[in-house]
Amino acid sequence: MTLYVFYFLSFVAIFSALLVVFSKNPIYSVLYLIVTFFAIAGHYILLNAQFLAVVHVIVYAGAIMVLFLYVIMLLNLNHEDEPHKKNLAKIAAVICGGILMTVLVGTLRGASQAIPRTGGDIGYVKTLGRILFTEFLLPFEISSILLLAAMVGVVMVGKTDTKKTTVDINEPNNQ
Amino acid sequence: MIALLTYKGILVLIIFTVTLAVAAYSTYAERKVAAFLQDRIGPDRAGPFGLLQPLADGAKFFFKEEIIPNVSNKTLFILGPSLAMLTALMTGVVVPWGNTLWLDGKEYVLQITDLNVGILYVFGVASIGVYGIMVGGWSSNNKFSLIGAIRASAQMISYEISMGLAIIALILMTGTLSLREISLQQAGGVGSDWNLWNVVYQPLGFLIFLVCAFAECNRTPFDLPECETELVGGYHTEYSSMKLGLYLFAEYINMFISSAVISTLYFGGFNFPFMNDLGLSSNWITVIGTGFFFGKIVFFIFFFMWIRWTIPRFRYDQLMNLGWKMMIPLAIFNIALTGLVSLVFK
Repeated sequence: MTLYVFYFLSFVAIFSALLVVFSKNPIYSVLYLIVTFFAIAGHYILLNAQFLAVVHVIVYAGAIMVLFLYVIMLLNLNHEDEPHKKNLAKIAAVICGGILMTVLVGTLRGASQAIPRTGGDIGYVKTLGRILFTEFLLPFEISSILLLAAMVGVVMVGKTDTKKTTVDINEPNNQ
Repeated sequence: MIALLTYKGILVLIIFTVTLAVAAYSTYAERKVAAFLQDRIGPDRAGPFGLLQPLADGAKFFFKEEIIPNVSNKTLFILGPSLAMLTALMTGVVVPWGNTLWLDGKEYVLQITDLNVGILYVFGVASIGVYGIMVGGWSSNNKFSLIGAIRASAQMISYEISMGLAIIALILMTGTLSLREISLQQAGGVGSDWNLWNVVYQPLGFLIFLVCAFAECNRTPFDLPECETELVGGYHTEYSSMKLGLYLFAEYINMFISSAVISTLYFGGFNFPFMNDLGLSSNWITVIGTGFFFGKIVFFIFFFMWIRWTIPRFRYDQLMNLGWKMMIPLAIFNIALTGLVSLVFK
């Protein structure tokens, strides 16, 4: 039963990931990427990590992809005005992607097969919280500082922009 | 196993039907409440007191001509309302509709599934709920729809943050994410073995959660995505017949589920005052508790409507200022306060 669910989810994840790349319309790409995220959340549930699955859906499907969709809608990309890359750029992209895949496959080939611990309450919030605040306290705090730094940076960038636009609007010949 | 699946299947069907029925009669109640607040009579032609009005509306929706604009993206145009309806109906799964019933020595929990991350599941579904509006608004290929869709997504993201922060304070207090356990912790009420509801300990958190629930449901004063004075009909300008009906229906279902979640988190869920003093068997307490739970839900649905017909709509910059400059700092302050108080008293 679990095995069939695993194969089904893997099929959905890989198929929709391929469609993300092959869709002409960027909106379809975003929607297929959301499907991929759901399939991966399903994998987390199979590994008994409900918290990770739900947070994955909230953060990726619920927040980041909404912003993606938001930006694409604002840009309103269509087939006609979509920039067509030159062949050289396409070939370069294929080579870069191929090298990245070789590296990934190379890393995974040497690794010993990990046995996921799925039993009991391994994925529960309590277990996760205890581990995060004892064993991994330093990396956890450092990553939160990293996020804070990113937020401050965004506020900085946003601040200068608003100043400029308010000045622009007030100039009479700009109306 | 089979018995459990059958029981859960029947429960799913019952909750599905009840949700649809409540949503249908919310449309009727909305007009009656509006009429009451504006000193009118409201719908009274179909059946006694106009009680058959939702059926008449539904039949009308089915018989109206269905228009799909030529320039729209047809697949996504149909996907939009379906997604809105799907996500609206998904949340009811984790809501504890009642305590346990004991029949023939077997335990029947009146909840479809008790996830240990129940609240987060509600959040997850609420956060993907905006796709229905966004996809529908964009695929209509209409400027007003697009603006509505963009407003919906910006509003949803802004208010989700303060909603999450309000919940963190509550979780600090209860120490669990499961909605059933949060309900059970509030058992008792006034009377012997007394125990207060979470709203007493978390008044600020409740206020923030309530405001954010209004924003998440796109209800007035936060109904900027379909602001008819500026955007014709907002994201559903191009929709007609049952597709429009599904969008409107999804809004009422969202309202029903939000009321249920608010009642569970802050107003004791299926618990009611003097429940330990009645001297009834536990089955009766469960049945009465479910009745009380629905009473609380109906009150909050009424509250949603009351606000709608009392307070005018915000301007868009006011909405963003309220979300980012008032709600989020208040919610963070609430977390700090809750942490401090629980540290002092433990």
